[in-house]
Amino acid sequence: MSVSALSRAPSSRRVLLIALSALLIALVLGMEQLAPLFRALFPDQDPAMYQRESFLNLTLAHLALVLVSSLISVSVGVAAGLFVTRPAGREFEPLVSTLAAIGQTFPPAAVLAIVVPIAGFGFVPTLVALVLYGLLPVVQNTVAGLGTVPSQTLEAARGNGMSAWQILWRIELPLAMRVIIAGVRVSVIINIGTATIGSTVGAKTLGTPIIAGLVGNNLPYVIQGAVLVGLLAIVTDLAFERLEQRFSFGASGAAS
Amino acid sequence: MSVSHVPTSDAANVRLVANRVLVTLLCAGLLAAWLLPFATMSPNRLASGQTVGLSAALSAWQMSALLVLCAVLAIAALRRPLPRGLAHGVVLLASLGLLLITLYSLGDYAQRTLAEKSPSARVSQGAAFWVMVFCCALAAIDAFQRAASGWLLRLGYMLIAGGSVAMLFASGHFDDLSIIREYANIRDNFSDQFITHLVLVGSALGPALLIGIPLGLLAHRHVRLQGTLFSVLNFFQTIPSIALFALLVAPLSALGNAFPLLGEWGVKGIGAAPAIIALVMYALLPVVRNTYAGLKGVPPATVEAARGMGMTARQVLWRVEIPLALPVMLSGLRIVTVQAIGLTVVAALIGAGGLGAFIFQGLGQYAIDLVLLGAIPTIVLAVIADFTLQMLVVLSKPAGTR
Repeated sequence: MSVSALSRAPSSRRVLLIALSALLIALVLGMEQLAPLFRALFPDQDPAMYQRESFLNLTLAHLALVLVSSLISVSVGVAAGLFVTRPAGREFEPLVSTLAAIGQTFPPAAVLAIVVPIAGFGFVPTLVALVLYGLLPVVQNTVAGLGTVPSQTLEAARGNGMSAWQILWRIELPLAMRVIIAGVRVSVIINIGTATIGSTVGAKTLGTPIIAGLVGNNLPYVIQGAVLVGLLAIVTDLAFERLEQRFSFGASGAAS
Repeated sequence: MSVSHVPTSDAANVRLVANRVLVTLLCAGLLAAWLLPFATMSPNRLASGQTVGLSAALSAWQMSALLVLCAVLAIAALRRPLPRGLAHGVVLLASLGLLLITLYSLGDYAQRTLAEKSPSARVSQGAAFWVMVFCCALAAIDAFQRAASGWLLRLGYMLIAGGSVAMLFASGHFDDLSIIREYANIRDNFSDQFITHLVLVGSALGPALLIGIPLGLLAHRHVRLQGTLFSVLNFFQTIPSIALFALLVAPLSALGNAFPLLGEWGVKGIGAAPAIIALVMYALLPVVRNTYAGLKGVPPATVEAARGMGMTARQVLWRVEIPLALPVMLSGLRIVTVQAIGLTVVAALIGAGGLGAFIFQGLGQYAIDLVLLGAIPTIVLAVIADFTLQMLVVLSKPAGTR
């Protein structure tokens, strides 16, 4: 990966996104083809390729976990953010904002661990932890994004005779969208990482080969899982970056 | 924190309830106390036990004290008769009282029940206990925000609350609780791992600051570098912690094997070396970004004036730019510290130790108390670090702008 390819120019970012996505798909589908390479690099390891589960299945399970949890976090988070910025819920805004800020200081791994006594092992506790943790950046950024809408703009919309709903849908949400998406980006990236740790509480994710490799002292397993999940996170982040640019207005970024 | 949003229209003045947040919290707490188990009683450390409700767990005086405090909170939430300022103070005192009663009752229940049971029987806290503690904390936070009180008052309150809880612990009141018995079993190991955790965080923060602050300066001086630098650092932040830890294991073990001398110094695939390197990589982005943002926020006119007074470039940096950028740089340190405390948990998976060791050991044995002994101190540590550094940020601001 050349350093110049990482620079800010949008076209090279797009090339990078496409190249890394292709690499990710190729590795997910064809990791088995690399078995000779791993055997050459680690001659002492007998099974040099994780085979208890196909990497496609692990990746899909990982994505399902992140997708379901993110959908819940985003819908609940945006709804909560909207509620505390309307007149009816404004009283709750300071508390909700503080809660979102304090909650994010909690280590994700600790949150995952605390959910286990309540929800047991496996998919469900990981999902609960992901939803709870994913909520916080979404709420925070929804409140912040709606707060950036200039009061003159709202005043002008009201003066034009728009109803509260129209103002929300046509003015506030479009203007706040970039900041909200930035919150979703943080939430999804953290969740990809926390889902990986979820394999320690029995969820099937790309972290499963990593943990199996660390426990069984099998470095090839560790590398296979880590490369895939690292790529997955980077590709997702780059995709969100493009999405954010699409929603920026004015001088802060050209719509592409 | 905007307190100005609280409605002050005429419609709000005729409402019966002045503090709907408090009412919501009170309802949530009471509902949890009614529906969820307050404690769990099990025959031994690993077996799952039977649940005990609040009414069965509390003695008569504890129950009445609890109800009285709830009633006080309910009255404080009403528009009359208490004036607003007094109501906030009442809420602060009542929620602290409620917190202490809840904690005391749990310990007392464990003592009373276990007196006639076998020594292996265990009492642990239930879901209702956690919800009640949580609601008390939120009620206090909300009262502070409504009163728009200063940092000193908040700090004092936290010290009093923390001190009372610590005194309950120190007096041995909780010694019969399952989690404290678990702690007694691993006391020496616990302090070792706690110190390891702090050492790991500290030894990652040092290099991160040493590398990050100059990089931030560089980004500020050479605009062309920024894009590349921030992209690379953002890549590090994006990679899931466990993957970054794991990816460092292979090259470091190869390095340690190739050069035995390095191996003797602790450069090995497993252990502290990959953990510290990964933590530094994660810490760089916030340090560099906040150093850059802080320096960028220094008004050009101020720098110009300093130069005009005949200051050298070095003097301008040390006497003008860095002092003015300090609050933003310190909030970077705050982000990094909190993040490192959390990531060190994961480092236990690659054998670096720390409080995460208890979490993963406990998860492996399904020993929930052990899991909590790792998780709760980590969370408390992160929250305390966050609060302390936030105070430092406030104190580092120039006197006029605090």
